[in-house]
Amino acid sequence: MATAGGARPPAPGDDGRRGAARVARVPRLLRVPVRRRGARMRLKLLGAGRLGSLAGLGRGGAGALALPGCLLYTRAGAAPHLTHDTLREVRGVPGVAHVALPALAEIHDVLEEYKEGAAKFMGMPDAVLYCSLHDPVTPCPSGYNTNKMVSLWGSSGRMEITASKFMDIQRAIQPDWFQCISDGDTISGEAGRKRAQKSVDRSLSFLDICLQLQEESPELQGSVMFGAIEGGDILEERLRSARETAKRPVGGFLLDGFQGSAMAKETKLKLIASVTAELPEDKPRIIHGVGKPDEVLECIERGVDIFESFFPFQVTERGCALVFSYDCHPAPEATVLPQNGIQDLEKNGAQEDQEEVSKADPEMTPFEISLKDKKYHDDFGPLLEGCSCYCCQRHTRAYVHHLLVTNELLAGVLLMMHNFQHYFGFFSAVRDALRDSKLDQLKELIFRQALQGPASTALRH
Amino acid sequence: PRSVPSPGPMAAPAAGPPPVLRIVAECGRSRARAGELRLPHGTVPCPVFMPVGTRGTAKGLTAAQLAALGCRICLGNTFHLGTRPGPELVRRSGGLHGFMDWPHNLLTDSGGFQMVSLLELSEVSEEGVLFQPPHGGDPVLLSPERAMEIQNALGADIVMQLDDVVSSTTTGPRLEEAMLRSVRWLDRCVAAHARPQQQRLFAIVQGGTEPELRLRCLRAMTQRAVSGFAIGGLSGGEAKARFWRAVKLCTEHLPRDKPRYLMGVGYATDLVVCVALGCDMFDCVFPTRTARFGSALVPWGSLQLKNQKFAKDFRPIDADCGCPTCQRHSRAYLHALLRCNTAALHLLTLHNVAYQMKLMGSIRDSILRQRFPEFVREFMAAMYGGRGGPPAWAREALESVGITLG
Repeated sequence: MATAGGARPPAPGDDGRRGAARVARVPRLLRVPVRRRGARMRLKLLGAGRLGSLAGLGRGGAGALALPGCLLYTRAGAAPHLTHDTLREVRGVPGVAHVALPALAEIHDVLEEYKEGAAKFMGMPDAVLYCSLHDPVTPCPSGYNTNKMVSLWGSSGRMEITASKFMDIQRAIQPDWFQCISDGDTISGEAGRKRAQKSVDRSLSFLDICLQLQEESPELQGSVMFGAIEGGDILEERLRSARETAKRPVGGFLLDGFQGSAMAKETKLKLIASVTAELPEDKPRIIHGVGKPDEVLECIERGVDIFESFFPFQVTERGCALVFSYDCHPAPEATVLPQNGIQDLEKNGAQEDQEEVSKADPEMTPFEISLKDKKYHDDFGPLLEGCSCYCCQRHTRAYVHHLLVTNELLAGVLLMMHNFQHYFGFFSAVRDALRDSKLDQLKELIFRQALQGPASTALRH
Repeated sequence: PRSVPSPGPMAAPAAGPPPVLRIVAECGRSRARAGELRLPHGTVPCPVFMPVGTRGTAKGLTAAQLAALGCRICLGNTFHLGTRPGPELVRRSGGLHGFMDWPHNLLTDSGGFQMVSLLELSEVSEEGVLFQPPHGGDPVLLSPERAMEIQNALGADIVMQLDDVVSSTTTGPRLEEAMLRSVRWLDRCVAAHARPQQQRLFAIVQGGTEPELRLRCLRAMTQRAVSGFAIGGLSGGEAKARFWRAVKLCTEHLPRDKPRYLMGVGYATDLVVCVALGCDMFDCVFPTRTARFGSALVPWGSLQLKNQKFAKDFRPIDADCGCPTCQRHSRAYLHALLRCNTAALHLLTLHNVAYQMKLMGSIRDSILRQRFPEFVREFMAAMYGGRGGPPAWAREALESVGITLG
C-alpha cells in the first residue's frame, strides 16, 4: 500500500520526536503530496511551535487558515443568530466554516436533488467548509454505535448510518474537509479497555472503506478526509489509532473522544501529547470538544493546530459575554487594576459573578460575565472596555441586560457578535505570542484568569 | 347626551413646533397623498409603514440592518419600556435613541392599548388606568400626566396621547364614555407635555365604528393644537365594512395639512386601501411577528416556509425582491435553517420589513407619478388574480374614492 501520505523520516539532527511543540531552527515548507487533482492544501510551518498556515484551500484554492486557529462554528451553515451581513461586522472571522453532519444528513435528499453541494446551498458558495461527524453542542447518548453503524443526533432524533451511507451523504455535501465516520463513543466515562479497542478497530475499518469509496467518487476528488484518532483514555489504544491512521492517505487528523469532562485532565493532556507525537508534521491536527482558552493553550503546546468555536456560542446561550484578557502588554492607561488580582477580589466583578450566578448556571467559566445579573441593570459601560466589536462600540451592558431580561432575540445577536470577535482575537493573540516568543506570558495571563476571573471587569461607569 | 368639552386655555400655544407634514403630491382621483414628515431626526417619506420595535429593538434586527432597509421611523412601546427597564434608565442612556443606538426617528405610543389588551387586572377611571404590573410590585396608575412624563423621558420624536381604549367591537355607553374621556385626556396630555419643541404630540381619534361618536370626537380633537392625528380604536375584530367607513369618515374630517396615522394596520391590502382613503402613517406587529413564525410576505400573499412543500424549492422567496435574504438564500435553505438556527427568523424579518418598505415606496412613487389608481389595480391583480378577485370591502372602499377595479 502506498505511503505517499505518510510522515517524513527524521532528518539528521532531529531528536526523533515529531509533532510536539519545540523550537525549530529554520522555517520549513512541507507539502502534502497531491494524490488527487484539486487537493491543493499546503501546510506551512514558520518555526515557533506550530505557528504557520494552511493555504490552497477551497474550490478555487484561494482559501487560507492561520495556525494555530479555530473554525467558524455554524448551525446548518449560518453562524448562530447571525445573518450574512451581521457576520460581516465581526472582525477576524476564520477562513474555514464548520458545519455538523446531522443537520445535512437530515436533508440528504434535498442536497442530492440540488447537486451543487452544501456550501452553495447554504448561501456560502465561496466558503471553505469542514464537515464534522457530530455537533459539538448536541449531546450524543452512549451505546448507539455498532461495528457497521454510527448514530447521529439531529433535530429529528437519531439517525443510523453506515460507512457507505456516510459517503453517499458526503457526495451530496461536497465538503472541502470532512471527518471520516468514526466511533467516538468512549467519553461517557464508563468505557473500559475493550470499548476503547473497539472504537479504534471500528474507526480504522470505516476509514479504509471510506478511502476506497472516495477513490470511486468524482464529487469528492477535491475533498480532504480527516482521519479520526480514537482510543478513549487507554494510551496503548490511542497510540495504535494514531500510528495506524497515520499510515493511511488522509489529509489531516482529528483528535476525537476528548469531549466532555469524564476524562481526568492529566490523562487528557498526556494522551494528546502522545498522539500528536505519532503524527506527521506536515498534516493539520484538529481537536473536537475543546474550547476554553486555558485548555486551548494546553492543546496548542501539545501539537494541536485547529479548534472549533462552539465555546463562544455556549457562552452566548447562557447570556454571558467573554471578557478575559489576552493582551500581555496592555497600554498603561488601559490597565484598570494592578496585576495582583488576589487583593482585589471584592472589586472583581467576575469573581462575584461566579458566586452569585454559578448557582444559576454551573457551566459558566471564569472567562465571562453574566449579563442577566441585576448589577448590570444600570451599567453604561460596554460589555468589555476596549473591545472594538459592533456591540461594544454602540451598546451598553445595561442595554444587553435589558434585552436578556425581556427575552429579546437581539440579545443573542449582539452577544454572539461580541463573543465570536473576542474569541477570534484570542487566537490571533496566540499566534502573535508564538511569533514573539511570548507564549509563556500569555499562558500566565490566561491561567491566572482561569483561577480567579478576569481583572478588567470591575470598572463600572 | 353629554357635550364634548371645548379646548382649555393651554390648548393653542402661541408658537407651536413647525408643521410635520409637507405634501408633495396628491392623487387626482382618490384621497391618497405623498409627502414628507419633517421630524427632529430627519425627513421621512410618506405614506410610511413603521416597524414595531416594542422593547427598544426591532426584534432580531440590529439598528444598522433596519436602517439599511430604508426604515427611517419605528415604534417603541411606552408600556413595555416603562415597566422594564423604566423611563429613568432609558433617559440616562440618552433616551430611547441612545439606548437602541437608533439615529433616525422614533414614535412611542402611550401604553393605553397594552394596558387593556395585555393585563387581566386593569381598571380605568377618570384619573387614569390602574394596573397590576405583570412582574410583581404595587398597582401602578398610568395617568395622562404619567404617560407624558414617561414619553418625555424616552424622547421619541412623536409621542401619543393616553387614550381610553376599548375593544373595536364595543358598543353602547362605554364606547361614548371612552371617547369623551379620551378628549379630556388629550387636554391633560397637551398640558403635561414638557418638550413640545423636541417631541411632536399626536391625538388619537376614538369612537369605535359609530359614525356619530367618531364625528363628535373629530370635531373636538381637531380644535386642539396637536401636530398630527391618529385614528385609533380600529383594527381589532370589527367587520371590515365598518372599518373602512370609519377610516374614511376620519380622513374626511381631519385637517389636510396634518399627518393621519392609522394605528395597527399592516396587511398589504389594508395599507393600499387606507392610503387611498387618505392615511399617511401605519404601524403593525404583523410583518415582524409573522416572520418569527416562518412566514414570508410576497406580492401574491405569503409563504409558510415551515411547510414541507418548500423543502426542495431552490428559488428565493421572491425573485424580484432585492433584500439581502432573497439575494443569497433559497426557500429550501430557509426551510432547513428554520429548524435549528434563529438566524432564519432574522432572515425572514429582514425580508418582511424589506417587503413593507418596498410596498410603501411603490405606493408613494405611483402617487408622485400620478398613477396611483393603476398601481392599485396592478397590486390587486397580483394579490388576488388567481383567487377570484379582491375582497368586497376593499372594492367598495376604493370605489368610494373613485378607484374602480377591473
